[in-house]
Amino acid sequence: MSTHELTAPQSKAGSGRPRRERPRVMGAGKQLHAGPLTYVILSVFALVSLAPLVWTAIAASRTDRRLAETPPPLWFGGNLFKNMDRAWEEAGLGKAMFNTMFVAGTITVSTVLFATLAGFAFAKLRFRFSGLLLLLTIGTMMIPPQLAVVPLYLWMADLGWSNQLQTVILPTLCTAFGTFFMRQYLVQALPSELIEAARVDGASSLRVVWHVVFPAARPAMAVLGLLTFVFAWNDFLWPIIALNQENPTVQVALNSLGTGYVPDQAVIMAGALLGTLPLLIAFLLFGKQIVGGIMQGAIKG
Amino acid sequence: MSSSKEALAHPASSADAAPGDQPGAAGRANGRGTAPPGSSSWRSRLYRWDMKASPYAFIAPFFIVFGAFSLVPLLYTAWYSLHNVQLANLDGQTWTGLDNYKNLLSSDFFWNALWNTFTIGVISTVPQLLMAIGLAHLLNYKLRGSTVWRVVMLTPYATSVAAATLVFVLLYSWDGGMINWLLEFVGIDPVNWRESDWGSQFAVSSIVIWRWTGYNALIYLAAMQAIPADLYESAAIDGANRWQQFIHVTIPQLRPTILFTVVVSTIGATQLFGEPLLFGGVSGSKGGSGHQYQTLGLYMYDQGWIIGNLGKASAIAWSMFLILLIVAVIQLLVSRRLRKSQ
Repeated sequence: MSTHELTAPQSKAGSGRPRRERPRVMGAGKQLHAGPLTYVILSVFALVSLAPLVWTAIAASRTDRRLAETPPPLWFGGNLFKNMDRAWEEAGLGKAMFNTMFVAGTITVSTVLFATLAGFAFAKLRFRFSGLLLLLTIGTMMIPPQLAVVPLYLWMADLGWSNQLQTVILPTLCTAFGTFFMRQYLVQALPSELIEAARVDGASSLRVVWHVVFPAARPAMAVLGLLTFVFAWNDFLWPIIALNQENPTVQVALNSLGTGYVPDQAVIMAGALLGTLPLLIAFLLFGKQIVGGIMQGAIKG
Repeated sequence: MSSSKEALAHPASSADAAPGDQPGAAGRANGRGTAPPGSSSWRSRLYRWDMKASPYAFIAPFFIVFGAFSLVPLLYTAWYSLHNVQLANLDGQTWTGLDNYKNLLSSDFFWNALWNTFTIGVISTVPQLLMAIGLAHLLNYKLRGSTVWRVVMLTPYATSVAAATLVFVLLYSWDGGMINWLLEFVGIDPVNWRESDWGSQFAVSSIVIWRWTGYNALIYLAAMQAIPADLYESAAIDGANRWQQFIHVTIPQLRPTILFTVVVSTIGATQLFGEPLLFGGVSGSKGGSGHQYQTLGLYMYDQGWIIGNLGKASAIAWSMFLILLIVAVIQLLVSRRLRKSQ
């Protein structure tokens, strides 16, 4: 019942070094020290992962005309802020960034809250059909979003909501992934005795949630929040149907750029850079937690 | 457990001290010890009702959102797919039975889109997962700065479909593009990545591969770290070298995870939309001048919102779903067969 138990799964997934003991037999495959070749291959992978992003910044600092010439530029030019400014104003990235902050922020808060409640119920509470409902929740992840967009579009038009942000917020207020993620975490991280002890003292369910579940779930909630924010920031299909350039999210504005809204490649690259920057910063700050969250969510198998 | 009595005796003082540091104590302290079941019949009835109803209340938000924005629309989509629904004339919906579906089955564009979805799906998924397993194997070594490596491999995942595709469009451009320039460097003729059939499909697939390889590698890495070390030790005692251990221990142990990633990637590949849309630029919804990379998702968007035939778009959406279900059943049967033969 110590706090050690509660944080154990998180630190395991996060630090990624769960086993420190040396293999006892020579060549026993696991956790061997990497040789130079491993570092070389990993460096190639790292280069391929990062090069397009670095090159985006290079292209964004050049002019449209320079980008049409061969060979392509390999180092930074002097137009970065000018292009960013044009992307911010002309391509509507400025408004789009604020819109997306609001949309992704709202979705993140509500998904984390609702998913924690549902995940707790599935992990620790007994009720009829709980197994079936959990299976159903997982099954919903298989449904392509394309199956909902035609009626949603017609309804939103009927309500006079076209081009308003709530159209892209409401459908994502809680996700099956989030629910399952929290359930998997709470099954192992929340000792049932804690809940029973609170029950014996007559705590209501809401009290149990507030004083037992939330404190225990906090690390997983933070990770789910990060994953949800990335997902919401990058959501594409429904936003480009529901919104247009007058009131865009970042992805809608980038889609407009891609279809010739501002026909200047350097500005387009500046837009792509601006629209990605907040998430890159998030990765810089919380990369370890995000990696841990993805690995932790994966163990479900 | 000793603190529980104190909490009962001095509810106020311990309630002040407890919250935050010890969740269990906080819960008990703030329960104030006042309502053991049965202390008053009203209280106990409330308590029993709370126990019974709250699980459903907790899962309700998810199911309400799912019902309102997925399940009901999904059924409506089926309904619309049996109607003639035009974007330009939304009030004039007429029943057409299975016409939209018959229309699809006799349309070359539908079969073309289906085939493209399949080929792009294969080109993007198979190399991606193979590379991810290899990458995970490397990341599983004891590395200096292991966290940094992992975060770097995951950065493409932070890049949205739209941003990534805009960049790749420029990298793949016919002249002045980075990739053709590099090819020329090693003596290969430039490829017309926009217009050629396989070139454009490869280019679209490469965006998917770039964005998802690191993500899948982390999933495999998590599974690899869960493999018990003694399996490797006994394999080593039996004289298996590293490669043999990888083939005979790692891969079999990863089988459930591989199946999981195959299923997830298949779902993703069936819905592929943003990459080909933006790769096509101004006329992106056509999937290239010869529809050479028009996927099902793109075809649906084109029919529904560019041409304005929402009834047909609904029929395409349901066809996608049915195809996905068929593929899922096949994958289930294959995995069951594999498990039996093991």
